[in-house]
Amino acid sequence: MAPVHKSGPLLSVRDLVVEFPTRRGTLRALDKVSFDIAEGEVLGMVGESGAGKSLTGAAIIGLLEPPGRIAGGEILLRGERIDNLPREKMRRIRGRRIGMVFQDPLTSLNPLYTVAEQLIETIRTHMDVSEKEARKRAVALLDRVGIPAAARRIDDYPHHFSGGMRQRVVIALALAAEPELVIADEPTTALDVSVQAQIIDVLKEICAERGASVMLITHDMGVIAETADRVAVLYAGRLAEIGPVRDVIQAAEHPYTVGLMGSIPTLTQTAERLTQIPGSMPRLDAIQQGCAFNPRCTRAFDRCRVERPDLIARGEERQVACWLYDPAKEAQDV
Amino acid sequence: MSDVLLSVEGLTRRFDVSKPWLNRVIEREDRQFLTATADVSFEIRRGETFALVGESGSGKSTIAKMIVGLLEPSAGEIRFDGQKMDFASGAAMRALRRRFQMIFQDPFASLNPRWRVGDIIAEPIRTFGLLRGAAIGKEVGRLLDLVGLSARDTEKFPHEFSGGQRQRIAIARALSSKPEFIVCDEPTSALDVSVQAQILNLMRDLQDEFGLTYLLISHDLSVVRHMSTRIGVLYLGRLVEIADAKRLFVEPQHPYTRMLLDAVPDLALSGRRRTPVTGEIPNPITPPPGCTFHPRCPHVMDVCRKRTPASVGTASGQAACHLLTADGQNEARETTL
Amino acid sequence: MQETTGKPRLNAVARAWDSDVAWSFRHSPLAVIAAFVSILIILAAVFAPWIAPHDPFNPATLNLMDGFTAPMEPNQFTGNVYWLGTDNQGRDVFSTILYGARISLFVGFMAVLFAMVLGITLGLIAGYRGGWVDSLLMRVADVQLTFPSILLALLIFGVARGFIPPAYREAMAIWVLIVAIGLSDWVQYARVVRGATMVEKSKEYVQAARVIGAHPAKILLRHILPNVMGPVLVIATIGLALAIIAEATLSFLGVGVPSTQPSLGTLIRIGQGFLFSGEWWILLFPSITLLALALSVNLLGDWLRDALNPRLR
Repeated sequence: MAPVHKSGPLLSVRDLVVEFPTRRGTLRALDKVSFDIAEGEVLGMVGESGAGKSLTGAAIIGLLEPPGRIAGGEILLRGERIDNLPREKMRRIRGRRIGMVFQDPLTSLNPLYTVAEQLIETIRTHMDVSEKEARKRAVALLDRVGIPAAARRIDDYPHHFSGGMRQRVVIALALAAEPELVIADEPTTALDVSVQAQIIDVLKEICAERGASVMLITHDMGVIAETADRVAVLYAGRLAEIGPVRDVIQAAEHPYTVGLMGSIPTLTQTAERLTQIPGSMPRLDAIQQGCAFNPRCTRAFDRCRVERPDLIARGEERQVACWLYDPAKEAQDV
Repeated sequence: MSDVLLSVEGLTRRFDVSKPWLNRVIEREDRQFLTATADVSFEIRRGETFALVGESGSGKSTIAKMIVGLLEPSAGEIRFDGQKMDFASGAAMRALRRRFQMIFQDPFASLNPRWRVGDIIAEPIRTFGLLRGAAIGKEVGRLLDLVGLSARDTEKFPHEFSGGQRQRIAIARALSSKPEFIVCDEPTSALDVSVQAQILNLMRDLQDEFGLTYLLISHDLSVVRHMSTRIGVLYLGRLVEIADAKRLFVEPQHPYTRMLLDAVPDLALSGRRRTPVTGEIPNPITPPPGCTFHPRCPHVMDVCRKRTPASVGTASGQAACHLLTADGQNEARETTL
Repeated sequence: MQETTGKPRLNAVARAWDSDVAWSFRHSPLAVIAAFVSILIILAAVFAPWIAPHDPFNPATLNLMDGFTAPMEPNQFTGNVYWLGTDNQGRDVFSTILYGARISLFVGFMAVLFAMVLGITLGLIAGYRGGWVDSLLMRVADVQLTFPSILLALLIFGVARGFIPPAYREAMAIWVLIVAIGLSDWVQYARVVRGATMVEKSKEYVQAARVIGAHPAKILLRHILPNVMGPVLVIATIGLALAIIAEATLSFLGVGVPSTQPSLGTLIRIGQGFLFSGEWWILLFPSITLLALALSVNLLGDWLRDALNPRLR
C-alpha cells in the first residue's frame, strides 16, 4: 500500500475543468476532477473511452490539444502550481520532473536518432553530467528495463527493436532524468498479453526502486489490479470513485464501478451471464442534469436527477460521488 | 445428421512478402514467404462455441478469413456440414454461403457509412433473395428489436450510433440470412468493457434462441473462457493445443498455454503464484526451427530445437509438445538427472 | 437493453444546413463570393437566349454599320448604344460573351464528365482487381502524365480531325474538343479513385459483402463508389476550371470551336487583333469573364477540398 507522507502529496489536482470550444457550444471534457498522488504511489486512472482519462494526463503535463484548454481548477506539483506556467518553464518540468510513457512507443521515439542519442540527450538536457557519464547511465538504464546486451543495442535505431522492447526503451527514456512522477497513458494497450505482463512488471519495479510516483492511465481493470495502489474511476469527465485498489475492485461502492466490475469477464468466474450496465456513456454534449450516471443507474432517485453529487468521504482513504452515501441520507435511513 | 458442423483439415496459408522483382534482382534476394497458418486441423460441433485464441501473428484471423472465403487457402480443406467449401464454384456455394455469416472487429469500419441501417441489414436478405417488398422492411424491424435497437432506427445512418449500437447492427445483419454458423472475429475488442458485456450477453442469448454455432476469434482469454465450449490455442500459425474450455484453464497441457494464462492480469487479487513470462513472439517470416515456441519455453529440450512436435491426444483434446510424447518424457527425465 | 439512440432526425434541408460542410461554407467569405460569381455566370450562360439583348449568330439582325462601337457610347452612324460595345461585325460584345460562356461551360462540363466517367471506371477496376490490370492501367497513366495535357489534347484533336470527313468537321468540332480535353484529364480521377478504392476494399463492410457472395460489380458500384466520391468531387470542381481554360487555350490557338459559334477563347482570339488598333473592349470583356469564371470555380474547388479534408488545412 502507498506510503503515507504527512508532508503532503506529490501531485495535487484540484477541481480541474477542461473545456473544448466547438461551434455547437463549449464541451466540458473534465468537470471538477480532484485527486492526489502521494510520494512513491501508483495511482490508476480508469474509465471508458471518452471518460477523460487521457485528457487528465495531458492537462497535467500541459499538452492539451488545442482548442482544448484548462478552464478552471489548479494542478500542484509539490505544492507549486504548474497549470499556469509559461510554456518554456513547463517544458523543463516535462521530462525532468514528470516523465511520460505513451501507448504507441513509436510516437515517443524519434526514428531518425539512435536510442543512445535520445537517451544521452535527455539525460544531459536535464542533468549536469559528462557525455561519457550520461552514456554509462543510459546503458545501465536500458539494462535495468530488461534490454539484453544493452551496451551493444543502445546504438540501434528504434525500428530495430520489437514492440515490447521499444516500450522498454520508452520507459528508460521517461525515467532517464529521474523524474518524480511518471504519467503512463495506456502503456500496454498496443502490446500482446504475454508482453504486456512483462512491461507492467518493469514499469512497476523500476519506479518503486527510484521512488517515482506513477499515474497509470488505462481502460484495463486487470492492469490496474496488478499495478496500482489506489484507483480513480472516471465517468463522463467526472470522478465517480477513488480509493485503494483492493477496496474498489472487491467492494465497489459507486453503482457505475459496481456495474463496471461485474461486466468484466474473468478467468475464475462461473456466471453464465455478465452483469451489464444498460446503455452507454453519454456524449459530452448530452450529459444529463444531476449525476451524469443517473439515466443508466438502477438505484437512481429524484435527487440524482437534479443535483450533482460531490465526492463524499467514505472512511479515511475512499471517496465516492454518489448520493447513496450522503451522510444526511444515511442518518435518515437509520 | 453429423455432430460436426465445420471441419478444417491441414489448413495452410502462405503470403508472398517478397520485395518487388526489380529489388530482388538488384539486391540478390530470394522470394520470401510468411506462413500465417501451418497445417491447422480442427472440428467445430453443432451448437458449440469454438474459440481460437492467440497473440498477434498467430494466424487466427487468417483462419477466420479462409473459412468464410475471404482468403484462399494455400493447402488444406474446409468442410461445412460435410460439403467441401469451394468458393470458386458460384452456384454450389450460394446455398452454402447463406448458412454462415461473419461479425467483424471494428464496428466503425464494418458498416458502410453511406448506407441507411435498414439497407445494411437487408443486404444479405436481398442478395440471397430470401424476401421481397414490404416483407423485407418488416423483417429488418424485427431483427433490430431482436438485437436491442428499435425498428425506427432503419432510416438512420451508422454515424448516428455508438460503437456498441453499431456492433448490434452488425449482428442484426449477420442474423438476417438466418445462418447456422457465425464467425466472430474479435467481436468486442474495439468496445469498452461495459459495452463488451452487453454484446457478449446478446451473442449468448441469440445462440440459445437460434441454436447458433460460433467460431470465436479473440486474443482475450477472459472473453474466450466466458464464451466458449472448446478452445484452440494458436502460436505462430500452429495449433498448439485444443481442449474443453473448462479443462484448459485448470490444466493447460502446452507450456505456451500455461504462459498465456499466467500473463492474464489477476483481477481477483488472489495472489496466485505465476511464472514470469519471458521473450516475445519471433518474426513469422523466419520462425525458429523445430517447435516454434522453443526459444521461450521453460522446459525446452534438444529435440524441441530440431523436430516440430506432432499433436498427441490429451484428456479433452490434443496438444503439440514433445513433453507429452513418450520419447520426450524420457529425454526430460534424462536432462533432469 | 434499451439504449438511447442519437439525436432526433431533422428534415433533410435542416440537416444539410446544419452539416459541417455547410457551416464551413457560411464561414468562408471567399467561398461564398466564388460561389456567387460562378452561379451568376453559369445562370447567365444557361439563360443566354433570354437574357442577351441581341442574337449574335443571326446575320439578319446584324448591322455592319454598328461595328466598333465603344462601350456606353452611341454609334456614330446608327446612334445605338451597347453596354460593352460591339466587334468588327457589329455584334454586341455582351451578347457574344453570354453565348461564348455557354459554349465554354458546355465544353467544360462535358469534358469533365467524360474524364470523370472514364477515370472513375478505370480507377475502380485497377484498385479493386489489383495485379497486372492495375499495373498496366497505372503505367499507361504514368506515361500520359509525362506529356503536358494541352499538348495531348492538341494531338488528340489533330488525330481525330484526320479521321472525320471534312463535311462533318464543323458540326463535330465541339465533340472532338470535349473528347480531347476529357482524354487528357482522366488520369487524375483514375489515380485518386484507385487509391481510395484500395483503402475502401480492405474495410470490413466490403468484406461483409464479399462473405455473402455479393457480385464484384455490385460491391464496386453500391459500396465503394459512394465512398470514393468525396475527393472526386473536389478534383472535378478544379478540373472544370482547368477544362474551361484548356478549351479557351485551344480555341485561342484556333484549333477549338469554329468561329461561327465562338466560345470565350475564340472571342479572345478575335479580340486580340483589335487591341493595338484601339478597340480594347473586344478583348478585355471576354478575358475578364473567362478569368472570373475560372478563378471562382477554382476557389470553390479549393474550399471544397479543405472542407471535406479538415486535416489538410
